[in-house]
Amino acid sequence: MSVTTGTLAPRALRRGATRSGVKILIDVAFAGLLFVGTITAVIALATLIWTILDAGWARLVGDPVGFLTNYVSRLPANAGIKAGLVGSAYLMVVTAVICFPVGVGAAVYLEEFAPRNRLTNFVESNISNLAGVPSVVYGLLGLGIFARFLRMGPSLLAGALTLAVMSLPVIIVAGREAIRAVPDSIREGAYALGATKWQLTRTQVLPAALPGTMTGTILALSRAIGETAPLLVIGLPVVIFTLPDDLRDPVSALPLLIFNWTSRPQPAFAEAAAAASIVLLALLLAMNAVAIFIRNRYTIRW
Amino acid sequence: MSSRPPSSSPAGDRAPAGDRSTSLARRSSRTGERVIIRGLFVCAVLSVAVTVGIVAVLLVDAFEFFREVSPLDFLTGTVWAPGAGAGEGGQYGVLPLLNGTLMIAVGSVVVGLPLGVLTAIFLSEYASDRVRGLLKPTLEVLAGIPTVVVGYFALQFITPDLLRPIFGEENVFIFNAAAGSIAVGLMIVPIIASISEDAMRAVPSSLREAAYGLGSTKRQVSLRVVVPAALSGIIASVILGVSRAVGETMAVTIAAGNTPTLTWNFFESIQTLTASIAQTVQGEAATGTVRYNALFALGLTLFVITLVMNIVSGRIVRRYRQVYS
Repeated sequence: MSVTTGTLAPRALRRGATRSGVKILIDVAFAGLLFVGTITAVIALATLIWTILDAGWARLVGDPVGFLTNYVSRLPANAGIKAGLVGSAYLMVVTAVICFPVGVGAAVYLEEFAPRNRLTNFVESNISNLAGVPSVVYGLLGLGIFARFLRMGPSLLAGALTLAVMSLPVIIVAGREAIRAVPDSIREGAYALGATKWQLTRTQVLPAALPGTMTGTILALSRAIGETAPLLVIGLPVVIFTLPDDLRDPVSALPLLIFNWTSRPQPAFAEAAAAASIVLLALLLAMNAVAIFIRNRYTIRW
Repeated sequence: MSSRPPSSSPAGDRAPAGDRSTSLARRSSRTGERVIIRGLFVCAVLSVAVTVGIVAVLLVDAFEFFREVSPLDFLTGTVWAPGAGAGEGGQYGVLPLLNGTLMIAVGSVVVGLPLGVLTAIFLSEYASDRVRGLLKPTLEVLAGIPTVVVGYFALQFITPDLLRPIFGEENVFIFNAAAGSIAVGLMIVPIIASISEDAMRAVPSSLREAAYGLGSTKRQVSLRVVVPAALSGIIASVILGVSRAVGETMAVTIAAGNTPTLTWNFFESIQTLTASIAQTVQGEAATGTVRYNALFALGLTLFVITLVMNIVSGRIVRRYRQVYS
């Protein structure tokens, strides 16, 4: 540096020049750091997916029919995910049937009918606090109330109720956002035509808010379907050789199978866990695709 | 583009209703509507019932537990060794579990905070709309990976292919707090990134323009204007991330182990509050035993910790929203 600065330029200007050089360097380094920080998460995601595919792909495509249609087994080569896959599907349907009407009802009430008072404020802050409760605590709720107090045992109904209760805050928030997006001009138009508040809600607001609510519900369900801890806590079984005929029957779930196989020492079970993870990720991806499709296809841009 | 049912003409089906009732008073007192609105109200209040249910379940069985084990022993005991068999004996000191949970919380923040905040600055200040449009869904996918799959990844990749080659096979246990921390840290990156980014984008552009006008570079604007202005939002996002890390169950159960030890060696096997719950429920603890009731004491501890963090975080977020609106 001292070699190049021995020129005629005034000192102040020289210093400014070198500083801006350093400054540019720091700026570039900072931008690089930001990029590295951002890309790390993406690389981690890619590595995760690659690890699962690498470990499970051979097991999955080696005998896809057997893997999807066999029950669990002591022998990893015979083990299949039938009970988990069907169980998860049943859980999803029953959960949706329970939590969609209640979630939409709560969202409609809070956005369209609720008076601005302390009870409403309390309900609102209560819902946002519920959204942060760990899933394992919802499991304890399911164990204590549904499985034990209401004597449902580790059944399809107890599992679905637990998942429904857990998903409710998410659905309510999504529903409220969708309802809030309906412009007031629609409401005023309906009022001007003599509609009552409920007629306006039923014929205008709800249909307009439906795509947003559906999208939110599907995303909430895809989260619920990936949950393991609440189902583990209420005691849903892994080793089961029947499919449920009734809401009171025991049921298994795909994440429970993955957890069980991951916990076993044999490498062949780790492969089966990876293969089951591929199926689960594919299922979630499909649900997300449906949600995005509904959002893009049916959402009204006012 | 054909089906747009909501925007179909509003006049058609509403005409009869207008004919039927002529006075405002009669219309608003329809009993059918009042029943429906009452039903909607019940839906909303059901969420309060859920909270009451959670608190009641936790308190009732935790109370049973504290009749057998004094709260002082629970909170200050340094050994967690639940009695086997009929729930007789055993030591129920929660400190090793709190220690394990704290390790995972600290470890995941060490991983998640820098990655999350760097991502937020990048998305808010540097990325073009196209890059943002690619990155945000990617982060959502990361947030949506089931925790049990992240646990598998930690056990099958992070420990054997990342930690052991770097720190030595003999130093890193198969189940270790570091793998759990990295896994949970990755899981909270999307949370920290998205809430911090919201806070940064809420900073008015007039502040940025003023700084640019004074000759600042993008880095200076980001670090000296945007980040300080969005600091409360960033802090809130980190608190929420920690709360998630504390409540995370499957990844730590699978990867961080089930050994309740008072250690700060991240390469050892530990046990968190959540992992202890998961371990107990797998082991057929009979209803009514001390061990079974201990589940609810642990759940209560977990519930209180996460609730306090969520409330603090929510308060901070609400405050920064007010500042610039």
